[in-house]
Amino acid sequence: MPTDINLWPLLGVAVIIAGFILRFNPMLVVIVTAIVTAFAAHFPVDRILAAIGTGFIKTRNLPLIILLPLAVVGLLERHGLRQHAQNWISTIKSATVGRLLIVYLGARQLTAAVGLTSLGGHPQMVRPLLAPMAEGAAEARYGKLPERIRHKLRAYAAATDNVGLFFGEDIFVAFGAIVLMTTFLREAGIDIEPIHVALWGIPTATCAFLIHAWRLRRLDRMLERELGGAAPAPATGDDVAVKGA
Amino acid sequence: MTLSIVHLYDLVGGILAITAVMTLRDRQHPKRYSSAFFWGLYSLVFLVGDQLPPVWVGIGVVVMALIAAFGGVGVGRHSGRSAADYAASAKRLGNKLFIPALAIPLVTMLGTVFAKYLVFGGTPLLDPKNTTLVSLGVGCIFALGLACWLTKETPVQGIRESRRLTDALGWALVLPQMLGMLGLVFSDAGVGKAVAHITTNYINMDVRFFAVVVYVVGMALFTVIMGNGFAAFPVMTGGVGVPILVGVFHGNPAVMAAIGMLSGYCGTLLTPMAANFNIVPAALLELPDKNAVIRAQVPTALTLLTCNVFLLYFLMFR
Repeated sequence: MPTDINLWPLLGVAVIIAGFILRFNPMLVVIVTAIVTAFAAHFPVDRILAAIGTGFIKTRNLPLIILLPLAVVGLLERHGLRQHAQNWISTIKSATVGRLLIVYLGARQLTAAVGLTSLGGHPQMVRPLLAPMAEGAAEARYGKLPERIRHKLRAYAAATDNVGLFFGEDIFVAFGAIVLMTTFLREAGIDIEPIHVALWGIPTATCAFLIHAWRLRRLDRMLERELGGAAPAPATGDDVAVKGA
Repeated sequence: MTLSIVHLYDLVGGILAITAVMTLRDRQHPKRYSSAFFWGLYSLVFLVGDQLPPVWVGIGVVVMALIAAFGGVGVGRHSGRSAADYAASAKRLGNKLFIPALAIPLVTMLGTVFAKYLVFGGTPLLDPKNTTLVSLGVGCIFALGLACWLTKETPVQGIRESRRLTDALGWALVLPQMLGMLGLVFSDAGVGKAVAHITTNYINMDVRFFAVVVYVVGMALFTVIMGNGFAAFPVMTGGVGVPILVGVFHGNPAVMAAIGMLSGYCGTLLTPMAANFNIVPAALLELPDKNAVIRAQVPTALTLLTCNVFLLYFLMFR
């Protein structure tokens, strides 16, 4: 049993949890955590700064997926994309928020499972299309939505994209996580076939679909209960535009 | 010529530099100088970051974090359009508006799938190491062209709109990268080893069901801390999975790996550390509560985690 393990870097874990719970600015929490952790590992100041700098350069690929689509999405929004998405969904009479999101959940899982993870995402799919459609589907039934409900629908749209992606991509054999798992286990002396890891992901993926779809149906019932009494006054384009601006 | 991720860094660096200049020239901006400085520093990270000494970049990152922490990143003045304008162009363009929006994922997908056939004179057109991101870049440029053509706008207006959304996101845009950096500092400092040491030495795992619970919940908790299931997997599988579930109880390792990783993903649904999935969308959808997306995910994640305990227990030891 190794006895030379330094447990002090765990202080960093405590700092980040405390920081998020006490609701300090996350940027501040992260930088303080990085400094505390590195300091606890007995790094000198220049090595702390170098570790932060190197880490920041190595992860430059992370914001690309958000930054690149912004110009297109912004330009289309300026010309009413979100309003049109809302109007378009309201022409489908059977559409409810729950049904729309369940269909999206299933499609996202299935496409991710065959490796098409880029057919979705928050900047290019959820903000310009999915969230406005969810709002549009609710407005077509219940008229103008209270802000609280509107925000809830948007959060559910984002959540549905995440659940669909996470519990779809892991079934795809060539996905990075599967490569990582089989490589790690091979180094530990255990040989497994990537296809087996992919297949054993299916039970959890199925449960994820059933659980989240059930919650989306409950969302529909909640909307019916809270807003069902109101007279269904179809939203006009003008109403929507004010909110979208 | 191969289109690589470096071109995307240059592109994004250029857009951020223009954003910084536009911010500096925006006289009605409440935090004109500090915001411009913030975006200017960030653009340098993309334009010349890999040529600077790491210590300088480190200092720059600390400065950016301080500007953000003390409210120095503000929202500029953007010329919106009237509600009637929105409705009018939505009506005029109709379903055509969907075309550029759907072109982004479509081109990304085609690029990813067909990248290996796009080789000219022995040089691949798309960088094989980063096909998805490079295809996304190509898709966005193609879609911007389409959007400009459809709406009769110029690419400059596209950059203005990009700045409007960048402003709306604010520092949340930088948070995923900050957390990615923190993950690397954590592993550099040995946080993973310390956690593995504690779980394996201070938790009794003689009962098979209890060992399964420790592995599944440990994957989720460690992912909550690190923001990434990939970081949790080696720690928990090396510490608990291989020696105990497979070594002592002779479970099926393929089941363990698959369900273990997906338990980590349940953790991803719960943590602000996975900013790209949880915090950025909240900012992008203009939600007042930064944790609104996590709140919408908590019941799904916890129910699924419970299912995973039983799935792993029954499927692994058949």
